[in-house]
Amino acid sequence: MSDSVATESMIRLVEVTKRYPNTPADAVRPLSMEIRRGEFVVFVGPSGCGKTTMLRMINRLIEPTAGQIWIDGRDVTHTDPDELRRHIGYVIQQVGLMPHMSVARNISLVPEMLGWDKRRTAARVDELLDLVGLEPGTFRARYPKQLSGGQQQRVGVARALAADPPLMLMDEPFGAIDPIARDRLQDEFLALQERIRKTIVFVTHDIDEALKLGDRIAIFAEGSRLAQFDTPREILSRPADDFVRSFIGERAAIRLLSVVTVGEVAGRAPATDRPGEALSAQPEEPVSAVLDRMLTQNRQILEVGGKRVLAQDLLFASTGDRQDPA
Amino acid sequence: MSMVAVNQAEEPKAGSRWILPLIVVLLVAAVAGYIAGAELDSIESRALEASNIVEKTWQHVRLVLVSTAVVIALGVPLGIVLSRRWARFVRPPVLLVANAGQAVPSVGILVLLAIAVGVGFRMAVVALVAYALLPILRNTIVGLQQVDPAVIDAARGMGMSPARLLWKVELPLAVPVMLAGIRVALILNVGVATLATFTNAGGLGDLIEGGIATNRMPVLAVGCALTIALALLVDWLAGTAERALSPKGI
Ligand SMILES: Nc1ncnc2c1ncn2[C@@H]1O[C@H](COP(=O)(O)OP(=O)(O)O)[C@@H](O)[C@H]1O
Ligand SMILES: [Mg+2]
Repeated sequence: MSDSVATESMIRLVEVTKRYPNTPADAVRPLSMEIRRGEFVVFVGPSGCGKTTMLRMINRLIEPTAGQIWIDGRDVTHTDPDELRRHIGYVIQQVGLMPHMSVARNISLVPEMLGWDKRRTAARVDELLDLVGLEPGTFRARYPKQLSGGQQQRVGVARALAADPPLMLMDEPFGAIDPIARDRLQDEFLALQERIRKTIVFVTHDIDEALKLGDRIAIFAEGSRLAQFDTPREILSRPADDFVRSFIGERAAIRLLSVVTVGEVAGRAPATDRPGEALSAQPEEPVSAVLDRMLTQNRQILEVGGKRVLAQDLLFASTGDRQDPA
Repeated sequence: MSMVAVNQAEEPKAGSRWILPLIVVLLVAAVAGYIAGAELDSIESRALEASNIVEKTWQHVRLVLVSTAVVIALGVPLGIVLSRRWARFVRPPVLLVANAGQAVPSVGILVLLAIAVGVGFRMAVVALVAYALLPILRNTIVGLQQVDPAVIDAARGMGMSPARLLWKVELPLAVPVMLAGIRVALILNVGVATLATFTNAGGLGDLIEGGIATNRMPVLAVGCALTIALALLVDWLAGTAERALSPKGI
């Protein structure tokens, strides 16, 4: 993104550190990073590397031992934590819906604390249920235990969005959901983010989820070492070290195909004058999806933006700038 | 120290909820029929006069209600305080004392109190409170502790203050377990209140104790039957209240 709003800093961490009492080492070693407004940042790393601790320091559910946390230009380490949290969406893996409250009541909790009137809150509840793909008439009055795991987390997301916070913190929100439903939720959440453009900090231990969702990915190693903080594409094509390389695992080149778009790749690939029927694609489609269609429809030529490119040139132009010193 | 809550009673099916009150009605009818039909001597008929039975029953109910109200007023706030994280170090000693209150025989407490402080309604209430404190205290603590930590995390994460969290989330979710404790306390008190006769506080214990002292079986039997009927009635009422007051959705 190149517009000026997106480059404005939303979160700035300055040497943020956490040492739990009576433990021998820092759970989070001094960490500095900057997250831009409207950016979808994913923290990924092995279990126990401090992702949850870092996330919960941002809304002060955990107090940092040292360092500063700036949100929207304000050092929040000395503000009223309850007030702060009412303006930050928070979604956790176990969802944590209030079991004794209806779906509508659950979503209304933050607007209520912020003093919204009943009518505005009720309208917002319906709007949000629509937004997360739950029919308001059907789901408004239900209790959490009458929902599937996926539906509960949709309500969890709606609840976090209730007061339209600029910032959302999400701790493995789809981690407890079965793989098929998870895939759908991820797709829908991406589409939702296209519309609402929140700043999102999203924690996961699943590198595939990170690559799929993140504008930028922070890869943490054991002991909360920030190994690399970059776009999925940079991480796949230029892993910073052996840890990152082993963390993204095998087939980084293949994975890269789902991260780059045919538009940008076709620009680098040579044009072909070979005759034959071409498959046409939109520039913003990922290479992997387009290749899949070419293979199933048996086309060797791709036409994108008026340029005709051979499948093999498309492939090598996609992964050509990878640098793998290993 | 065990922190297991007094269990909630197995929920009777909606269709069978009338059985308990029916038994109570039958029991009371049987007692009335027995008194009307039996040949009673003068001591027996004086003891079993309708006005005397009503008075003793009322004294008994009053003892149970007042002591339960007092024990709720003490036990629930104390339980809330003890359930807070910062109070976790004082929790064991307090529960130990509450445990002792229940372990010591109530007759012992009553008689000692009577000797030390005197007799009467208040002394009986003190003894009943000491006895019934444990289930209420323990169930309040356990009820609050069993609230899903994820629910509390989510509530704090959305900016609920600790007080709001307690009122809107923790207490409502603890209500079923707390009510189960109150129900147990009530039933315990119906039984233990029969001992109030030893502090001259009246109640159905007067009939039982008097029946034993004067060797009048009919008086003893009526006292026992009415105590049982009262305990069953109280259990039924408390169960009904439990269902009515437990929040929906859990
Ligand atoms: N409340 C706590 N007290 C002590 N140590 C903790 C506490 N919470 C987390 N830790 C430790 O801090 C480290 C980081 O934990 P966490 O932030 O949960 O990691 P992650 O979310 O990446 O799995 C782990 O070693 C964990 O054992
Ligand atoms: Mg975690």
